[in-house]
Amino acid sequence: MYRGWVKNAKSSRIEKTLEDPAKKKMAILINRNSKIIVQGITGKSGLLHARQCRDYGSHIVGGVTPGKGGTTIDGFPVFDTLNEAILTTQATVTMILVPAPWAADAILEAADGGINLAVCITEGIPVRDMVVVKKYLHQNKMLLVGPNCPGVITPGECEVGIMPGTIHKKGNIGVVSRSGTLTYEVVKQLSDAGLGQSTCVGIGGDPIIGMDFIDVLKLFNEDPETKGVFIIGEIGGDAEETASQWIKENMKKPTAAYIAGLTAPAGKRMGHAGAIITGGKGLAADKIRVLSECGVTVASSPTKIAQAMMQALNKQDCNS
Amino acid sequence: MNIHEYQAKEILKSFGIPVPNGCMVKSVRQAEKSVEKFGCLCVLKAQIYAGGRGKAGGIKTVQDAGQACDVAKELLKKKLVTIQTGTHGLAVKRILVEETIAIEKEFYLSITLDRRTSRYCLIASAQGGIDIEEVARTSPEKIHTLYIDPFIGVRDYHARRIALSLGLKGRLIEDCIKLVQNLYKLLLEKDCSLVEINPLVISKDQRLIAMDCKINFDDNALFRHPDYEKMIDDSQLDSLEIQAKKYDLAYIKLNGNIGCMVNGAGLAMATLDVLKEYGGEPANFLDVGGGANREKVAEAFKIILKDKKVKGIFVNIFGGIMHCDIIAQGIIDATKQISCELPIVVRMDGSRLSEGKSLLSQSGLNVETVDTLADGVAKIVQRMGKKRKVIAN
Repeated sequence: MYRGWVKNAKSSRIEKTLEDPAKKKMAILINRNSKIIVQGITGKSGLLHARQCRDYGSHIVGGVTPGKGGTTIDGFPVFDTLNEAILTTQATVTMILVPAPWAADAILEAADGGINLAVCITEGIPVRDMVVVKKYLHQNKMLLVGPNCPGVITPGECEVGIMPGTIHKKGNIGVVSRSGTLTYEVVKQLSDAGLGQSTCVGIGGDPIIGMDFIDVLKLFNEDPETKGVFIIGEIGGDAEETASQWIKENMKKPTAAYIAGLTAPAGKRMGHAGAIITGGKGLAADKIRVLSECGVTVASSPTKIAQAMMQALNKQDCNS
Repeated sequence: MNIHEYQAKEILKSFGIPVPNGCMVKSVRQAEKSVEKFGCLCVLKAQIYAGGRGKAGGIKTVQDAGQACDVAKELLKKKLVTIQTGTHGLAVKRILVEETIAIEKEFYLSITLDRRTSRYCLIASAQGGIDIEEVARTSPEKIHTLYIDPFIGVRDYHARRIALSLGLKGRLIEDCIKLVQNLYKLLLEKDCSLVEINPLVISKDQRLIAMDCKINFDDNALFRHPDYEKMIDDSQLDSLEIQAKKYDLAYIKLNGNIGCMVNGAGLAMATLDVLKEYGGEPANFLDVGGGANREKVAEAFKIILKDKKVKGIFVNIFGGIMHCDIIAQGIIDATKQISCELPIVVRMDGSRLSEGKSLLSQSGLNVETVDTLADGVAKIVQRMGKKRKVIAN
């Protein structure tokens, strides 16, 4: 029997938590024990990133491509449906690299199948599709990271995503970001300065995403391995402002941030679907002000990431 | 994606939402003829991809064909500058000629995405025809908001509440319910990111009519609507932005002289921020995408160089999965085709870095490679200050 059927029978909201198979709380979301399935594994980028994650040490147990079940590709067993893949491999995590027109379906299939964590890399999913996905996830226990994101990495243990693993270093800084390559820039500066990372989470650049800043910050707050957090935000929406308020009231760990787009013109979509200043809202300057007011150390420039993180860590030391 | 008011109204009409009789014209002659045909007081509305037209003189009432001729002549040679266009303004190439309607009352009605709740949000206000953000600030009690549950949609009772909040009575309540439900249907079927009727009016003869309308399409959903492409009015867009779109590059023209090519939107924004911090002026925002290839890089470079204001170029590519030699080859491809003597600073990070660097240094281009973002920006700003060197090829 599929696990998903039982879970979905419950009508009330389900508290979303991820059980740690090793019974040892280290880093967040993924670790060396995570069993990962790749939806869209026979596609060009699907296979490329499945291989890269495997090379990094991630436990990729197979993939899903409808119509190609029963075959293997580069040593990965391929299944027709996600349910079949879960039954055979006991995977609890999925990485979705399905093209945009079918990506929402893939996320729903994962949620329905009983997956604990879906990481959706796909860019360009229509908003109308995501509105439905988001509503469905309210009554399902699955956590969604993304879409339109670089994924999640717990350095030295497990990568579920497309980021270059080599720039990461094991350590105690939790990183959460709306961006892709900007996250690599930040991580590299942190690593170069000796500030390794516990886990890095790219939550995605779309207007509708699964986990938001606060969802990830909550996990970092409870993770003993994480000693400080770096937030990477950008123009558009008010996710950073909302997170600021939460940080002020709940965050136990020193937090630093950088917000991209201080010089972005209004009314233009800056690459990401969600990165747009509309009606005087979503300005970088406002986000920076609110973050600072709530006790977050904001880097004045993307070239001063490590300094800001150090400053936040030192500030905490002085206070304690 | 933006469309014109007249196109938006055609869509409304096809979903059973009443709009004034009107037709789009592109010449003075056509304007004259249309007004003659309507044979009544008409309004001429400049069609541009921006709001604020009324206050900027883009909407004029005319008594007869003769007056229509004068007004159309004036509008069509105009670059309309409104609070939303920026100082350069937008050329008026199309005019919507419409019958005027005797109005009794004006409302506001729109549906757009609310990012906080991840739902479509319907906003209605008994105060219409004006800036809704202003109403939200000054008298929020006059705004009725409905966060639409995607599983049940806009039910009769939702729409009835909206009709009542607008103070409608009798048959108009039923008309409003139908209108609101059709508007939501339209939003879904057409994959809109915004549908806005402002004002929605009750005419003197007691009909609900959409007097002005704005529709934006969700760029991510364009694959479902191949017909939208022919709705684009190129005269309203920057020619370089049009070209960039063809190659799936996110390009936005800015006012400076340093051309920028970056992979990833966030890093591109951050790069512009650092350029400004160091006293440089970026000429553009350009995201070649997280996994750019040789062709894309070459096309991106050509687009940057078409902007004659560009006097230097900064490339910031942080790959992982991208190979630096491929990026380098793309730059060389593009500059070979259009001889480029401008100073170029390239910051690359990723695999096959040394191969990429040596390709560039052997290319004969006026190019320098650096290792960090800070170094790169400092270098290009410094080189822009110097007189540019001419390299013999």
